[in-house]
Amino acid sequence: MKELALMKGNEAIAEAAIRAGVDGYFGYPITPQSEVMEYLMLQKPEERTGMVVLQAESEVASINMVYGAAGTGKKVMTSSSSPGISLMQEGISYIAGAELPCLIVNVVRGGPGLGTIQPSQADYFQSTKGGGHGDYRLIVLAPASVQEMADFVDLGFELAFKYRNPALILSDGLIGQMMEKVELPPQKERVTEFDQSWAITGKTKERERNIITSLNLDPDLQYEHNLKLQAKYKSMEQDVMFEKFACDDAEFLMVAYGSSARICQKVVELARGRGKKVGLLRPQTLFPFPTEEIARMARKVKGMMAVELSAGQMVEDVKLAVNGRVPVNHYGMAGGKIHSPDDVLKAVEEKYIGGY
Amino acid sequence: MELKEITRPENLVYRRTPLMTDATLSYCPGCGHGTVHRLIMEVVEEMGIQEDTIGIAPVGCSVLAYDFMDVDFSQAAHGRAPAVATAIKRLWPNKFVFTYQGDGDLAAIGTAETIHACNRGENITIFFVNNGIYGMTGGQMAPTTLEGMKSSTSPYGRNNKTMGPPYKITELIAQLDGTHYVTRQAVHKPGPVRKAKKAIRKALEVQKEKKGISFIEFVSNCNSGWKMTPVDSNIWMEEHMFPFYPMGDIKVDGKLVNG
Repeated sequence: MKELALMKGNEAIAEAAIRAGVDGYFGYPITPQSEVMEYLMLQKPEERTGMVVLQAESEVASINMVYGAAGTGKKVMTSSSSPGISLMQEGISYIAGAELPCLIVNVVRGGPGLGTIQPSQADYFQSTKGGGHGDYRLIVLAPASVQEMADFVDLGFELAFKYRNPALILSDGLIGQMMEKVELPPQKERVTEFDQSWAITGKTKERERNIITSLNLDPDLQYEHNLKLQAKYKSMEQDVMFEKFACDDAEFLMVAYGSSARICQKVVELARGRGKKVGLLRPQTLFPFPTEEIARMARKVKGMMAVELSAGQMVEDVKLAVNGRVPVNHYGMAGGKIHSPDDVLKAVEEKYIGGY
Repeated sequence: MELKEITRPENLVYRRTPLMTDATLSYCPGCGHGTVHRLIMEVVEEMGIQEDTIGIAPVGCSVLAYDFMDVDFSQAAHGRAPAVATAIKRLWPNKFVFTYQGDGDLAAIGTAETIHACNRGENITIFFVNNGIYGMTGGQMAPTTLEGMKSSTSPYGRNNKTMGPPYKITELIAQLDGTHYVTRQAVHKPGPVRKAKKAIRKALEVQKEKKGISFIEFVSNCNSGWKMTPVDSNIWMEEHMFPFYPMGDIKVDGKLVNG
């Protein structure tokens, strides 16, 4: 029987984490994602599944706890919001460099700086282009509903362990705070078998010691390591995920993810009501990015618009995919202000009618 | 006497613990790090806990500690070893987890992680090698550099008025309820080496009994960074470092020795 609940997105992440058999959560309070740890603490996960939940002294400490814990081969995660995620970047770079699986949740708020606690999608660059120092990428999942907040926890871990790479759920304050019906995933057993080939579990006589490190002072070996990482990131393309709405006959395509995609679904409806053949492509993975699909759509439509809660970040990846074939515009409000379907519709109509 | 006679097991007075690997130490000749490594591994061997021991290496001279000690290891970002160790211990409560850190790592950039891991009373052991300087980056001033001491970033000597005075983080964390055993040791002579080894044993026994943090500071020399010969650096250490960083137990069984 389906187990349904009415939950905030942040609570859904927390409940899904317990149910995914997560071994450890390490976090630090920050608005608008504090409900994740609050919910976990209230649920006594150490009694439900044996999951460890620890409030760290800072985001710097919590991401380094995740680094240490991920090295044991167990399922571990953290969550935060934009300024906190910025603080974590060094640690995330270490985790990527040491090739450790883990899940990081960013419930994005407006910036730059302390910014605002309102929703934003302005952490796209930081999330998809690396974020910290060095050539690395995260697996980036973009939920557009409370249901996907829950579902992407398990998916994030699956991909993180498949590639031994940190996975990031790029949410925002809107999806984190809004309540929706959610079908809860079944409770998974906490994993007790560990990959002895790399995890630090205590050196047995049967194997050499395992070392978790991102250090390699020999440039030839570090270069080899970088090539291996790049090949890994390239191979992630097989796991690209996206959804399309009303694209079959579309003459104009909006590309939007997360909360902005929810707004754009309404825009499709409104535009179609006015006889405008507008479609929507919603990337569910931002890395890997649906480059091929957007390139394919560029042969069918007359123009595209990236609709984001930012000054224009994903639009650059859309332009790279389109490669000049059709005009690509950006529309979106930044700094914590949310565009309405009517705002977007107006922008779309301007471009749709006379923009090309 | 023939060689065979001499090398009989009953005549063995010293051997290198097999828990030290064959890798050549990356430390300068005369440095105390190698001795501290060996003592830790001797105790791990004697306690029979190699399979249950996980070490955390810092950033600094001992970043490659994992090359020399034959146990599972995680390298940590600069200063974050206590956070890394916290999580590993929480997920493996029955493993022995230790950090190995220098003074720049532990007492400057990692101050928050050090204090909070100690305050939570994590059941880990912190080995803290204090040589009063940043060794690997080329002898810069550390939070532990003595007043008047020259370094590459205090070339005219540390000025307490403009640079702040050196501080004793070991005495500081001893004030926290979470710390159970806090001591300061050295490894520059046979006597201190024997005492230091006993302290390491006690620290890991404290961890075995899950009583809280055990924390050992080793006051050590940095002959390269101090621009001295190894012998001179040890004499200088006794004359200048030991008065400011006095040897001996600071907290035993959760009680301050001079409290």
